[in-house]
Amino acid sequence: MVENVRELLKAHEGLKREVYLDIENSSMVPTEVLEAILPYFNKRAYGNPTLTHKPGWEAFEAIMESAQKISGFLGCKSLEEVNFTPGETEANNLALLGATLQTRGKGKKIVISEVEPLSIMHVTEMLTKYGFTVSKIPVDSEGFINLERLKEAVDGNTVFVSLSAVNHEIGTIQPIKEAQKIVKDKNPNAIFHTDASDAYGKIPFSVQDLGVDMATISSYKILGPRGIGALYVKEGVNIERILEGQIGTQKLWPGVENTPLIVGFAKASELAFQNLEENVRHMRNLRDKLINGIFEKIADVRLNGPKGEKRAPDNVNISFLRCEGEALTIELSLNGVYVSSGSACTRRLLQPSHVLVAIGRKFEEAHGSILMKVTRYHTEEDIDYVLEVLPKAVERLRGISGTTVVE
Amino acid sequence: MSRVPLPYSQKILELFRNPKNLGRMEDATVSAVAGNPQCGDMITFYLKINEQEIIEKATFESYGCAANIATSSIATEKVKGMKLEDAWKITWKSVAEEVGGLPAVKFHCGILAVGALRRAIRAYYKNKQIAPEWLPKELTFEEKQALEEEELARILEKKMKMAEEK
Repeated sequence: MVENVRELLKAHEGLKREVYLDIENSSMVPTEVLEAILPYFNKRAYGNPTLTHKPGWEAFEAIMESAQKISGFLGCKSLEEVNFTPGETEANNLALLGATLQTRGKGKKIVISEVEPLSIMHVTEMLTKYGFTVSKIPVDSEGFINLERLKEAVDGNTVFVSLSAVNHEIGTIQPIKEAQKIVKDKNPNAIFHTDASDAYGKIPFSVQDLGVDMATISSYKILGPRGIGALYVKEGVNIERILEGQIGTQKLWPGVENTPLIVGFAKASELAFQNLEENVRHMRNLRDKLINGIFEKIADVRLNGPKGEKRAPDNVNISFLRCEGEALTIELSLNGVYVSSGSACTRRLLQPSHVLVAIGRKFEEAHGSILMKVTRYHTEEDIDYVLEVLPKAVERLRGISGTTVVE
Repeated sequence: MSRVPLPYSQKILELFRNPKNLGRMEDATVSAVAGNPQCGDMITFYLKINEQEIIEKATFESYGCAANIATSSIATEKVKGMKLEDAWKITWKSVAEEVGGLPAVKFHCGILAVGALRRAIRAYYKNKQIAPEWLPKELTFEEKQALEEEELARILEKKMKMAEEK
């Protein structure tokens, strides 16, 4: 199989330009972040932060300084509230399982929305096997959660509510503060968690202002290294560990801390927040240039998610009718543009993206969807290049589908 | 729902980039469709068949992934110049082999391609109102699978819509 992949890679030789827009699924690490990380592998702080020697104390210092920075960007009360985990998936699992294990006996209902990431959807599905019931709040055609339905769903038995701050696929910025109030009014004991991975470093917010009990953030979504994320747990909120072993500086996650990645996460956070307003303006400009360019140049397209200020500044998600998404990702890749699709063909089952189905997209609209995220590092020229390549790619694939699918 | 790596073969990539026998055939003797837009995979097969029941020309259109396009392209190549009876014997496995193997999650693409071909052959005899002895009355594996996939996609869409309305 790896032979096949070598051939696929060979087919990409001689690309005149490359534009990586698949930040949803992994990201490149900018040189400035990489340079901050590298000394922590072999020059300093390579010890275990709980041990009584210089490299250990150096690691302790580096981890605490990183937690301090991140707690500042999140708007925490103290750095103690930042718990490092190996990523967004692990942080979401920790939040859900840690909280539901803790409240065993107090109630058995979990409330989420229909558009949560799989590390929330699948874990709640698993919990239904252990006697929990899950209520999924519907969303409107732009992906906004129905607050009335949320109000109805939360009751005295509700132990946990999880709603993403920004939708990972279609960029909908949710009214989390309002949702949190609704939940706490109905049941002050219900734990409110938000996956803020697509909000952190993209829109201004503070966990204290939102009033959430827990929040997940992810390093690679802000161009930090993969393999590191964090769960904010508000002081006074108790959750259980879901893994056991040697506990070091991280009371909720056993094992030896990955100091270089933690340092990289903090560095990436600094860069994202350094000029947040300017970064947001830059991303929003490129986002709208890309969306408007696609609408100008290509017929029969649909924007998935809201427009303008209600949409995350980096998110572009568009369905190309009569064009299958997986084929489009390959065609674009051969031209140096890297994106992902909500098509069923990139997945194990026939089912396309649950987010797109939840906002009322037909299966055939979801199959032709492409997700792209811009960063502060992308340029106008990058977007021009995408707008040069994309119409040709769509035209070629629509040529292959011909008269097969008639709208 | 999860993703799988898709290490497509060189042959699939080549046929994806330069598919053979592509396009609608205006003077086709018969055409048939397999899959539907809900599946995200849909193929139309066009056959031009002469009096000796030989396929003179075969073309396709595909709304589908790279594997779908490649297997459809191969299937049209294979049947060109074949007698209908021989074309019927082409299996999805032989098509999959010829594209250098398919990832397991893409087997259905090859099955759909052969399903469309067999539906076209069946339609030809139905139009002529002949039933050759070699043509099985029962649906074959590929035809049944195509039906199942179409049905499954419809049910899934309905189910997901209903879950949403609840």
